[in-house]
Amino acid sequence: HSINVSFSTVEENEDSTFHKEHERERPRGKRRNGEREKKKRGNGRRKGASKEAGEGEEEMQVRPEKRERGKRRRAKNDQEAKGRERDEEEQTKIKSAKTTKTRKKEKSRKTEEEEGEGESEERNTKRKKKHGSAKKEEKEEDGGKRTVKEKAQDVKKKKHKKTSEESSEDNEEEDNEEKEVRPESLSPEELEKLKEAVDERKKLIQGLRGKPWPMKKKLVTLRESQEFVEKYEGALGKGKGRKLYAYKVMMTKKWMKFQRDFENFKTACIPWEMKIKEIESHFGSSVASYFIFLRWMYGINMILFGLTFGLVMVPEALMGRPYGSIPRKTVPRAEEASAMDFAVLWDWGGYAQYSVLFYGYYNSQRAIGWLKFRMPLSYFLVGVGTVAYSYMVVIRTMARNANESGVGDDNSFNFSWKMFTSWDYLIGNPETADNKFASITTSFKEAILEEQESRKDDNIHLTRFLRVLANFLVLCCLAGSGYLIYFVVRRSQKFALDGLENHTWWERNEVNMVMSLLGMFCPMLFDVISTLENYHPRVALQWQLGRIFALFLGNLYTFIIALMDEINLKREEEKIIKFNITMWEASLYNSTVSENSTAPPVTIHPADVPRGPCWETMVGQEFVRLIISDTMTTYITLLIGDFLRAVLVRFLNYCWCWDLEAGFPSYSEFDVSGNVLGLIFNQGMIWMGAFYAPCLPALNVLRLHVSMYLQCWAVMCCNVPQERVFKASGSNNFYMAMLLVILFLSTLPAIYTIVTIPPSFDCGPFSGKKRMFDVIHETLESDFPAWFSKVFSYASNPGLVLPFILLMVLAIYYLQSTSKSYKEANVELKKKLQTVK
Amino acid sequence: MGNKQTTFTDEQLEAYQDCTFFTRKEILRLHGRYRELAPHLVPLDYTNNPDIKVPLTLIITMPELKENPFRDRIVETFSEDGQGNLSFNDFVDMFSALCETSPRELKTIYAFKIYDFNRDNFICKEDMEKTLNKLTKGELTPEEVTLVCDKAIEEADLDGDNKLSFADFENMISKAPDFLSNFHIRI
Repeated sequence: HSINVSFSTVEENEDSTFHKEHERERPRGKRRNGEREKKKRGNGRRKGASKEAGEGEEEMQVRPEKRERGKRRRAKNDQEAKGRERDEEEQTKIKSAKTTKTRKKEKSRKTEEEEGEGESEERNTKRKKKHGSAKKEEKEEDGGKRTVKEKAQDVKKKKHKKTSEESSEDNEEEDNEEKEVRPESLSPEELEKLKEAVDERKKLIQGLRGKPWPMKKKLVTLRESQEFVEKYEGALGKGKGRKLYAYKVMMTKKWMKFQRDFENFKTACIPWEMKIKEIESHFGSSVASYFIFLRWMYGINMILFGLTFGLVMVPEALMGRPYGSIPRKTVPRAEEASAMDFAVLWDWGGYAQYSVLFYGYYNSQRAIGWLKFRMPLSYFLVGVGTVAYSYMVVIRTMARNANESGVGDDNSFNFSWKMFTSWDYLIGNPETADNKFASITTSFKEAILEEQESRKDDNIHLTRFLRVLANFLVLCCLAGSGYLIYFVVRRSQKFALDGLENHTWWERNEVNMVMSLLGMFCPMLFDVISTLENYHPRVALQWQLGRIFALFLGNLYTFIIALMDEINLKREEEKIIKFNITMWEASLYNSTVSENSTAPPVTIHPADVPRGPCWETMVGQEFVRLIISDTMTTYITLLIGDFLRAVLVRFLNYCWCWDLEAGFPSYSEFDVSGNVLGLIFNQGMIWMGAFYAPCLPALNVLRLHVSMYLQCWAVMCCNVPQERVFKASGSNNFYMAMLLVILFLSTLPAIYTIVTIPPSFDCGPFSGKKRMFDVIHETLESDFPAWFSKVFSYASNPGLVLPFILLMVLAIYYLQSTSKSYKEANVELKKKLQTVK
Repeated sequence: MGNKQTTFTDEQLEAYQDCTFFTRKEILRLHGRYRELAPHLVPLDYTNNPDIKVPLTLIITMPELKENPFRDRIVETFSEDGQGNLSFNDFVDMFSALCETSPRELKTIYAFKIYDFNRDNFICKEDMEKTLNKLTKGELTPEEVTLVCDKAIEEADLDGDNKLSFADFENMISKAPDFLSNFHIRI
């Protein structure tokens, strides 16, 4: 490289050719002084650079905000822009073009030689070129003089190379304005401005994706901004803080790179992407939204599974006492004979019951294994943690969706929306496309009709009467189903008392079958009833969903109430058995003492010890059975309702009087809302039962996995695209809101049982305590230093908690009223906008 | 990912990731799809940024686009020359703007450009009529078409010039519940 050192002041030879050289200096994590860049503006102001012994002036040129065209060596710059370590830094000046070229300015940098000086730091800049020095030649301006300004500041690093670039002095007064930026000698405001400029560039880089520019422009902008940021970032730290600042900068970069890699990895992990895409192209976005929801649920359940499996089941299995060592972990002698039978196992009795799958197996020892793993504490915290995590995820998703959704379901843009937003861009299948065209046309014709005719309120009284009648019928349905379930549960209790072997299979599984059957047939009934009501399809869909919701909820709660009765029964039993056990133990001792030996240890096989009843395991078992039967019902309905129907329609069509495919029954459509509701309730049951049966999340993961494949296959094979698509609500938040409600309602019973009912004395990790949450108290006392529990006891003082709650209520009220006032302001502005016509 | 791929340099991939909503893997996959359209035309090695454009007629054969009534307009909007010939940069840009994570504002801007057939920065009545005919495949009578277009202009036009400017369009679209989920192409 040729180095021209010139101290002459004026050279103006900005030619028409652009000459850009980018030199990226990477500030090392060391102190640098005197990074300068020349800022070129429209008005040329040229500063002569002069070198002095002690200090050199460096001119730094800052690229203007405008982007340059791709004359630069992009690749090279990109590479340089990435963090590489440099040993030296070089500064080069880039010449900028005349302002006649509208947006481009070239900067030229001058390379500077490093000089080491005792007093000040020298900074080396290293210039990296991707291409060889030949490129450098290219950069030379025609006829431009190159000057290299030497930097006379101390640099910390040793310099490896000096490269110099020819740069022409931008001595054109009109064209360029150079501003020397010398961090040491910058006034604070200039430093501030520089900092702002750098921040602005950084923001630009961040927001580049969302800009509506063509890709080329974006790439060019990106490169420029990155170079700018690179160049100046180091200059901003001042004095002693520079090291820290540069270190921070480097860490931020590394962090961003890590984040990006992590994002890449995460998207690579997302399963079933191609499957969903296929469904989308065949059925459109509303059907696919169900599968996306299913996939999201699967993700949540995986996390819940990870928690329960890793923190509850595995520690107990590995570090707890093995099977058969203590009474609660052993199958009682009476049941041993049948413990391995398939029927018993299918019912989750026998060996399945006395395993890590259920609550009753866990020992109440405070710390187990060589790790001193606090089992009861872990059990309790995992239970709380699953609920907390679910809340967090649902609310976070709702918040995210709330930003995107349109504001309300106005009808004020009916035709515009039909025109511009009705086509589903996901469709890739010709048949679906035809369907969509047809449905769009129909929708337009209907809208036109409605517009043209005035709607005569023919007989509003009849309509009203019919609607009231319909609602009454629905209420009767709901009450009837609730009573049926209650009745069946009580009956099954009676059966249990009689001994289960005396009854048929149906009678044994009555509860689950009844609940599943109700869930299958009642919605159809509601559908029929709703034809009385004569609502707009979207409104009718909302009513339908509401009723199904009420049905499921009613069933679930009736089930729980019946369960509560059973729990109370068991607790009564407990008292009796406790008494019996003391008698039994006493009798044991009496018999041994009577032998006149000095209290020999009485060894009884654990299987022979009389066992107390375990209501928690019973609750867990009930939930597991319920979920299994629910799953079975869903799959069987799917196979029969969809697959068998499709087969029949397809093959009987050859020999049937009327066209089965076009008329009744034809192929079924995929019922999005019904399926979504089913999924939501399934999840509600998991949340309810997970505390008492840690195996539930694992079961659910399995179930969702199978569901995904089965339903994907069924949809592609047996369903046809929907004729008319009505979404239940404008925003995705409708289903999220339902999920949140279910989450709340399903954690209520679990919380109630935890807080009020004392745990069984003979099973589970909390046996022997008065209340399950006593384990927290115990941990605080024994595992934490003394002052901790003192602090906690102060914090849980009602005198402190109540004002805190009051404060939060006030904060909520305040935020609510502010948001209301914003909404009103919004409406006002909208009105103003409309009136300015 | 440790497979050696010589399609793009690391810097190019990083730059693409900064400028689009795609991840590294997706960008490579996109290049594969782009190449599929014209294997003899598109080179495998993109490290030196070859200036290749795939013509409109090939792009609209893609399964994601071929059933879309607006496919011609979409491709034209994203092409540099306005004729629908896409370079790889434009190709990536197109799918990035239409992808799921693309923000509403960006989609609105491009939707406006797509529906503006005569590219005068306004959606006038003729543009709407063309849109409507494409949507209904000509099934509506001319009177119905006129009626719908008039109603749409009446609903959305705020400044009273009988055509939709970008501000009118944006105001109308921002309240549409289906816009984001429908104006989305998955690749």
